[in-house]
Amino acid sequence: MTTNISDLLRVEGLTQTFKSGTGIVKAVDNISFSVYEGETFGLVGESGCGKSTTGRTIIQLYKPAAGSIFFDGVNLSGLRGKKNWLQFRRDVQMIYQDPYASLNPRNKIKDILGEGIDVHKLAKGAKNRNRQVAELLETVGLNPDHANRYPHELSGGQRQRVGIARALSVQPRLIICDEPISALDVSIQAQIVNLLKKLQQEKRLTLLFIAHDLSMVKYISDRIAVMYRGKIVELGDARKIYHSPLHPYTESLLSCIPYPDPDLEKNRRRIIYHHHEEASGSLHQIFPDHYVYCRPSDVAFYQQKGASKEAGGLDLVSITPTNTGILEGVVE
Amino acid sequence: MSESLLDIRNLNVSFQTFAGTVNAVRGVSLTLEKGETLALVGESGSGKSVTCRSVMGLLSKNATIEQGEILFRGSNLLAKSDKEMQRIRGKEISMIFQNPMTALNPTMTIGKQVAEPLRLHQKFSRTAARRQAQELLELVGIPSSTKRLNDYPHQFSGGQRQRIVTAIALACGPEILIADEPTTALDVTIQAQILELLKELRHTTSIIFITHDLGVVANVADRVAVMYGGRIVEIGKVEEIFYNPQHPYTWGLLRSMPTLDDKDGELYAIPGSPPDLLSPAPGDLFATRNEYALQVDAHYEPPLFQVSPTHYAATWLLDDRAPSVIVPEAIAARRQYYRQRQTGLTAKEGLL
Ligand SMILES: Nc1ncnc2c1ncn2[C@@H]1O[C@H](COP(=O)(O)OP(=O)(O)O)[C@@H](O)[C@H]1O
Ligand SMILES: Nc1ncnc2c1ncn2[C@@H]1O[C@H](COP(=O)(O)OP(=O)(O)O)[C@@H](O)[C@H]1O
Ligand SMILES: [Mg+2]
Ligand SMILES: [Mg+2]
Repeated sequence: MTTNISDLLRVEGLTQTFKSGTGIVKAVDNISFSVYEGETFGLVGESGCGKSTTGRTIIQLYKPAAGSIFFDGVNLSGLRGKKNWLQFRRDVQMIYQDPYASLNPRNKIKDILGEGIDVHKLAKGAKNRNRQVAELLETVGLNPDHANRYPHELSGGQRQRVGIARALSVQPRLIICDEPISALDVSIQAQIVNLLKKLQQEKRLTLLFIAHDLSMVKYISDRIAVMYRGKIVELGDARKIYHSPLHPYTESLLSCIPYPDPDLEKNRRRIIYHHHEEASGSLHQIFPDHYVYCRPSDVAFYQQKGASKEAGGLDLVSITPTNTGILEGVVE
Repeated sequence: MSESLLDIRNLNVSFQTFAGTVNAVRGVSLTLEKGETLALVGESGSGKSVTCRSVMGLLSKNATIEQGEILFRGSNLLAKSDKEMQRIRGKEISMIFQNPMTALNPTMTIGKQVAEPLRLHQKFSRTAARRQAQELLELVGIPSSTKRLNDYPHQFSGGQRQRIVTAIALACGPEILIADEPTTALDVTIQAQILELLKELRHTTSIIFITHDLGVVANVADRVAVMYGGRIVEIGKVEEIFYNPQHPYTWGLLRSMPTLDDKDGELYAIPGSPPDLLSPAPGDLFATRNEYALQVDAHYEPPLFQVSPTHYAATWLLDDRAPSVIVPEAIAARRQYYRQRQTGLTAKEGLL
């Protein structure tokens, strides 16, 4: 397979399985996508669809059951040597959903932030290290005197800022954000999204932003992939995903976001998606850079659906290629 | 005015902690009318759960009710003995919590768990309770079969477990259901189903719905109380809170929500962090985060000013002496929609 020059990350046919009590769980099922240098790529889907497994496999916490991962053009299965691995561990950082569980409660914030600086020998002496810590705190909107506090002394939003500062401490190229806002109040979510967006622009970072619903993702993503049961069912430009979603699962996810508008909520219809296995399905290009998981024979249908949505014909109401099966009901 | 089903009057609750006294609820007054859904909104730590746990008589040992009354059908729940409260809990007032797993007993079949309150409160026979349990599970949308009654909680999905918890809470036909963030931990598609379920109940049950998500509030509520730092800062009908909000904190909450519209610019974020209730600063606790704060806010907490017979807000901006301010654009648009809506000139289709 070809690797585009602007691809910082390329995931190719990735499958990941786990042994469970009775058999094997296919957590990720043959997915492929690229994250371009400097963009924010949103990976969205409901709990259990395989988002975290994808993220963890990318950072090489697990070996893929099948498929390959390329970082900066290099196939990681062929990466050799301690120095190269250390560099990879520095280039790719992760931010977690539960900032509390991911910060050592016995360490002061300055030591949590200093750890990566030490491992990668990024500071010249203690004074320089302290200065870097102070700068990191300022970058994420915390006070320098937070350096001497412990994680439990901070609010949820402040802890997530520490998580972000820790990721930034080693000057990474790619940050995988695994539901960094899901555990936060809605009002604090906006703070963190804005902060990540600002940092991404200022530091020319590449972000893989994982979320379980689509509501906040549009504010930060350039492109979005929607996952369902281990598969990517739709991938495209963020605006396209929002304004002319094609796959019925994407439509369902969008229709279920409640908006702060009571009159609108009274009139909205929720679309319920019922799973329908497409034996011969795979990700097909419907429009340039817009892909949908379907059978080859459904491509024309989705092209037509997209065209009529663009023309403003269809709103939240969903239609499906088969008329039965995929979409069995619409409530309210 | 006729008597409210529930009438909380000037509730003040504090906690003794190692670090000192936390004044978690500071003078909350609200009513719940028969057949309505009242939403309690506010960020973490604003006192939503403590208010509701006070109603249930389920406060932790280090809590003190400093002041106030909670009248349920006219009689004060705070004056009742533990035994009397046990009879009321689960029978006349029930509560569902954020995490359904902790509310269910993992070692007991769900049939038994749903039947338990019926046996306890209604003295149902075993078979009658079991039959009723099956009906309740059907009501909340758990496909009922005798086999399913013998399943254990882990054999159900997260959304199904929340439905089961709801079935238990509804078992004795309570007059009031208190739902404390029942959908916060759920996926949006499951959340939509639970919200539908709660809306179907509204004819028979009055509901207090706690959440920090204004989208959810817009979907379920008839009335809304916005809490901040242990107080109610704005209360009114759902259309008054969403389309004619008066408190800068309510403005901030509304502005920080993702919207349907095209503009994918910057999201508004309320600056700063929630207030410290251990050593609260004098004056209005929101003042340090409030770009509309007046000098008076540094010294005195504002009282609730009346906006309409059903709408009140605790902001000095409503005082006669306050200067007029330019409200944020998004809020001005909401108010304009409100005025049009009031005149009946516009179809009630929402802001878009
Ligand atoms: N370490 C593991 N062992 C066994 N099963 C796992 C493990 N991690 C994840 N899974 C399973 O893989 C699927 C995908 O999980 P995950 O990637 O965590 O989903 P998401 O992050 O989208 O919620 C789920 O069915 C989950 O139970
Ligand atoms: N058992 C407790 N001991 C000490 N403080 C408590 C206790 N329960 C709640 N609080 C404090 O009371 C305040 C309000 O809490 P709560 O009602 O749970 O908020 P929320 O609005 O998130 O439901 C918080 O500051 C919280 O820390
Ligand atoms: Mg996950
Ligand atoms: Mg709470």
